[in-house]
Amino acid sequence: MADKIKMQLQCPMPKFDFDVITLGHGSGGLLTHRLLQSGVFDIFKNDLLDQQHDGAIFEMNGKMAFSSDSYVISPIFFPGGNIGDLAINGTVNDLSMCGAKPKYLSLAFIIEEGFPMTEFWEILVSIKNAADNAGVQIVTGDTKVVEKGKGDKIYINTSGVGLINPKANIHHKNIQDGDVIIVSGNIASHGMAIMSLRQGLEFETSIVSDTANLNHTVQTLVEAFGTDIHFLRDPTRGGIASVLNEIAELTQLGFYLDQKLLPVDEQVDGACEMLGLDPLYVANEGLFLAVVKKEIADAFLALLRKDSNGTSAAVIGEVTTDHGGKVMMKSRVGGKRMVNYLTGEQLPRIC
Amino acid sequence: MKYLTEYRDPELVEEFIKEIHRITTKPWTLMEICGGQTHSLVKNGILDMLPDKITMVHGPGCPVCVTSVSVIDEAIYLAEQPNTIMCSFGDMLRVPGSKKSLLEVKAEGADVRILYSPLEAVQLAKQNPDKQVVFFAVGFETTAPANALSVVHADQLGLDNYSILASHVLVPPAMEAILSDEENLIDAFLAAGHVCTIMGINEYHPVAEKYECPIVVTGFEPVDLLQGILMAVQQLEKGEYKVENQYARSVQREGNRLAQDTIQKVFAVSDRVWRGIGNIPQSGYEVNDRYKNYNARLKFMIDLPFAEENKECISGDIMKGLKKPKQCPNFGTKCKPEHPLGAPMVSSEGACAAYYHYAGEE
Repeated sequence: MADKIKMQLQCPMPKFDFDVITLGHGSGGLLTHRLLQSGVFDIFKNDLLDQQHDGAIFEMNGKMAFSSDSYVISPIFFPGGNIGDLAINGTVNDLSMCGAKPKYLSLAFIIEEGFPMTEFWEILVSIKNAADNAGVQIVTGDTKVVEKGKGDKIYINTSGVGLINPKANIHHKNIQDGDVIIVSGNIASHGMAIMSLRQGLEFETSIVSDTANLNHTVQTLVEAFGTDIHFLRDPTRGGIASVLNEIAELTQLGFYLDQKLLPVDEQVDGACEMLGLDPLYVANEGLFLAVVKKEIADAFLALLRKDSNGTSAAVIGEVTTDHGGKVMMKSRVGGKRMVNYLTGEQLPRIC
Repeated sequence: MKYLTEYRDPELVEEFIKEIHRITTKPWTLMEICGGQTHSLVKNGILDMLPDKITMVHGPGCPVCVTSVSVIDEAIYLAEQPNTIMCSFGDMLRVPGSKKSLLEVKAEGADVRILYSPLEAVQLAKQNPDKQVVFFAVGFETTAPANALSVVHADQLGLDNYSILASHVLVPPAMEAILSDEENLIDAFLAAGHVCTIMGINEYHPVAEKYECPIVVTGFEPVDLLQGILMAVQQLEKGEYKVENQYARSVQREGNRLAQDTIQKVFAVSDRVWRGIGNIPQSGYEVNDRYKNYNARLKFMIDLPFAEENKECISGDIMKGLKKPKQCPNFGTKCKPEHPLGAPMVSSEGACAAYYHYAGEE
């Protein structure tokens, strides 16, 4: 996060022909050309993009990871970020969780006709900042415009490739009985930052999204601990409960959490309480879960806590052969309960 | 989170557990009325910490669960009317009616909106004068004041495009129905703190007297519930049957007079069919004559056939405390939150959903 602030780019908006995006900007004709030339190509300038081919041509040697994600968040601007940095950090983080060092990204927009050019520019600047912070390049992309009412302002897709760190071997199959479960920071911040803006729920908080790139953090840990890091995952939609249920099902091992160890920001916890939501199921965007060999857990946590993304990192539980295939939790008051998959959306309670 | 953490204090919890173990000499069956209490007991793993002699059964206090299939059908009928915005609390959307749920009619194109307060629905009516806006007014005495207030507001604004589908239910008649059932197993009640915050505790004295049944009003946190259980067991062991108030930080003897006045202004007590239990006389609220223009049943002249409940769902036995969710042959197999046979598996306060989500091993 500190890096993000340090590298904040301030670009004045170039002069565009229109105040809003029009259908013509996605037609592939002159307006598209102008938008790209005076906006997109300029801000993302790099050798591969400058080739202006149908695709980017490059060499990569070694084992690679490839990932793709689409971003349809509403509202598009939220405390702590916007859809632009989310789209970069999301794909960067997915690659990072594979043990890869993210390198090249594609960037594709689907924009609703009438979308203000100033907001588009603000998003482009955020994308540039996020890409620079993560050390990745945008090397190819696409822009489409749909009629008013046929989309919701702006959707973004990013795909990316990265080189796997030779020291990494991250797979759920490596998880063993006795492994320690670590979370890299406070949970549920992103989801609650968004909830606080949703119509009908506006409440005053200073909760900000945790959106951040995790690639530098993860690479540092992989360099230090190699294959003793058995599993990594960024728990976005569905929160940490969903990730743990998935891997419990895949490995048929039991995952046992201790509720009092879960790091949750006090305001986030209060907002969850008020809306009847369980922070275990709320989305995160700059957070990861690690399942590591017991012997390295202390050192792993110590190193992670030195990183700006990991200051609130905590051990939250362990892997066991009891209750195979299920996630259980010791409650704050000492009882034991199951943590199941979430069904549908988490809906606020009614009384 | 001051005022909450104190009631989740593990040391206090341990002290109460020890004291409950110490004083319990006979087997007792306690019913917690409210789904919020049920969820807290199951979510915090408290059931396993209690003495084997104490059985907690889960009462009918989940408004989503007790709303009958016929009323859901009425809501769906309204949602399917042209130029109509059907507004509801989120929980109601997934509850199956006789053919489909509100969520399904929403997916088919009906304008169904999840709101967090009925006053937002009044706002919607104001903003959409060319549409009819209906609020699905479910809930116990707890949600009734806000729903009543929405009608008063709409009336003050002169809105002729707002109405409510009232399906309010009342706690004391349900308690009496359970206690007078031939198969009744209940020795004591933990009454619901939120309902009593509105209504006070006076109406429970006749019930405790008539059925010689201790009633303790409790809050919803672990310490609240355990203290309530302790108070109820103390009474049972001594052969007493009083109404006691554990939740004094919220509940006053007289309740909230202003809220009660608002309820009385808009609603009249009426018979109500409870899902799984059947008709209980004088156990609900309906919009009164003075505000009949805001009664969606009259406004839209709803006349639907009575809908049978799914016979495979044993929700009646669950809500009367005769069976536990896991005793249902369909629990977790044919009936899951994603395809529920009945409401207790849907609602965030339903007993079956509580067991499905939190009670992994028994």
